[in-house]
Amino acid sequence: MLRGVDDVSTGSDSDYSNSWISWFLSSKGNEYFCEVEEDYILDRFNLTGLNTEVSNYSQALDLITDNLDDEIQDELRGTLDVQARLLYGLIHARWIVTARGLSKMIEKYKRVDFGRCPRVLCQSQPLLPVGLSDVPYEKSVKLYCGRCEDVYSPKSSRHGSIDGAYFGTSFPHLLFLVYPNLIPPKVGPVDAAAALRNGGVVAGAGAEAEGARRTRRVREDSEVEGSGSGVGEASTASVALKAERYRPRIYGFQLHETAKLQRWQEATRDRQVARLEAIEDLN
Amino acid sequence: MSRPPPDVEEEQLELEEEEAVSGTGEGDEIMEEAEEGYTSSTPTSTLTWISWFCSLPGHEYFCEVAEDFIEDDFNLTGLNSMVPFWKEAMEMVLDVEPDEDSSKIPDVSIVEASAELLYGLVHQRFILTRAGLQAMVDKYENGIFGTCPRVYCEGCCVVPCGRSDLPGLETVKLFCPNCNDIYTPPSSRFQGVDGAFFGTTFPHLFFQSYRELAPAPFKRSGVSPGSSLSPGRSPQSGSSSSRQSPFVNPNPHGGQKQPASQVYVPRIYGFKVNERSKNGPRMQWLRMRPDGPVELDMVDWRGRWLDDEEYEEEEVEEEEDDRPMEDFDPVVDDEEEEEEEGEEEDGMESRQPSRAPIYPDDALRGKVKAVRQLV
Repeated sequence: MLRGVDDVSTGSDSDYSNSWISWFLSSKGNEYFCEVEEDYILDRFNLTGLNTEVSNYSQALDLITDNLDDEIQDELRGTLDVQARLLYGLIHARWIVTARGLSKMIEKYKRVDFGRCPRVLCQSQPLLPVGLSDVPYEKSVKLYCGRCEDVYSPKSSRHGSIDGAYFGTSFPHLLFLVYPNLIPPKVGPVDAAAALRNGGVVAGAGAEAEGARRTRRVREDSEVEGSGSGVGEASTASVALKAERYRPRIYGFQLHETAKLQRWQEATRDRQVARLEAIEDLN
Repeated sequence: MSRPPPDVEEEQLELEEEEAVSGTGEGDEIMEEAEEGYTSSTPTSTLTWISWFCSLPGHEYFCEVAEDFIEDDFNLTGLNSMVPFWKEAMEMVLDVEPDEDSSKIPDVSIVEASAELLYGLVHQRFILTRAGLQAMVDKYENGIFGTCPRVYCEGCCVVPCGRSDLPGLETVKLFCPNCNDIYTPPSSRFQGVDGAFFGTTFPHLFFQSYRELAPAPFKRSGVSPGSSLSPGRSPQSGSSSSRQSPFVNPNPHGGQKQPASQVYVPRIYGFKVNERSKNGPRMQWLRMRPDGPVELDMVDWRGRWLDDEEYEEEEVEEEEDDRPMEDFDPVVDDEEEEEEEGEEEDGMESRQPSRAPIYPDDALRGKVKAVRQLV
């Protein structure tokens, strides 16, 4: 089954890897990808529609699954490699939103394989890859920060050239939807390693939400009824109130127009918090 | 360098007086006559300490401080108490032959550290002067400081920024004028550069001085009020769109550039994540901008909406009194109208589910109504 692989992998001097996928994952620049289980690829149902996206589909699939004939011409091999990468990427986008795919990506998230948020006040929050389009060849991969909920370009051009469609637009949001206990708190240092290991983010996020409520002097009364929920059920309605932000200053004085914009933004935030808390109080 | 030919420059000066036109390269009129701060950079056979220092890897953000600025004692007020081996450090920075009694210094590397500290602190002051701002705008326009990593800032150029004016506390950061936020430099070689060598004031004085480079705090031009009703946001593709209808900020002291105002909207299989979800969007406010300058004024200095004063504080204070609905409604109605444009991201989906719940009592029902109108 693994015959013919050696020809492919010798080009990348990774002799230890014995399958196309492990060669692909270990080559430089592909650090964001996780391993798609072979069972998933071999189930044709999961590949529905991809044959129209990828030319030389069946041969590319054979290459990925290490079933490619040795007798294939060398000139085809070059283009086939491109098609195999595309096919693997598109399968990858589907794989990482499955239950098993999510848990594999969470392992990578815990290892901070996707880098950390460049925003200073996010305190090096680990990032998750995200696409801005699900169609290949449109946008390169971006990185989503669960703390500031914004998207950033990868630092290195190696990663900046990966297609965003190989990760898809849904992945990070589905991850936090399925694992709400992984939603990062808006303040405090990232203790990712420790907190994620014992699932302690649940408690962290809960305490955060409680803290946010307590600081809002005016909301103390509503807190009593709302805070009955247990750990893991913690509300995220008011977490934004705790989020830190940068305030531009000249010799210690805030700038008029920037301060005005920031007041407007914070008033918008307060309105959303009030809205969410009112909804929450009903439930 | 993007200095326009003289006739263009005069034309721009006239434009500047009548109306503030957005565009690139119009900081140039402020640039002239500031050249003397930059002359020492011409590579000569003997490299000055300053040129050498600024050419070191990781020191790309520094500009060359004019020697006469350093020689003026007034500019150094208070620094001698912060820099050890002051005299020797001064001699090193200015390439003065050391006195013969310099043997009392145990190690040259100590003086080097002092010289770097001295230069950095002088640099913090120099880049706030006219000549210093000029030197930095040259670097800015050449993209030396890089661009904002945030995707929806669309490659807006950033400037170096300190989080403290005292040395030894934090490394240099980068300030983006579009999102008004600060970022860690992408390369680790800047990890050794002290943020105090740029200071907390510089980026903001920079964009106050070169307002054409600063994005305005609202999405659309202030001169065409009708445009706020047109659906969809106009593509801000730089020169072509600004030539047709120049972006104008009615506040002459504010940013004059069309901002990149898009905000990231999380989606799952194409559907927006509802804000009522636990992982729903909570931070969009941080990046949002109002449509026009008028909307900015709808929040007072305490950060409350002008049109619903009861909303923030009295709503909570008087909740116990079971406010009658009659007082509630007109306020909410007003508010909804203006809210519509500002929060276009909160789509339909959040509206729908709020119809479902059964209300336990009258007080709650009033509240639900208010909430429903808000969402």
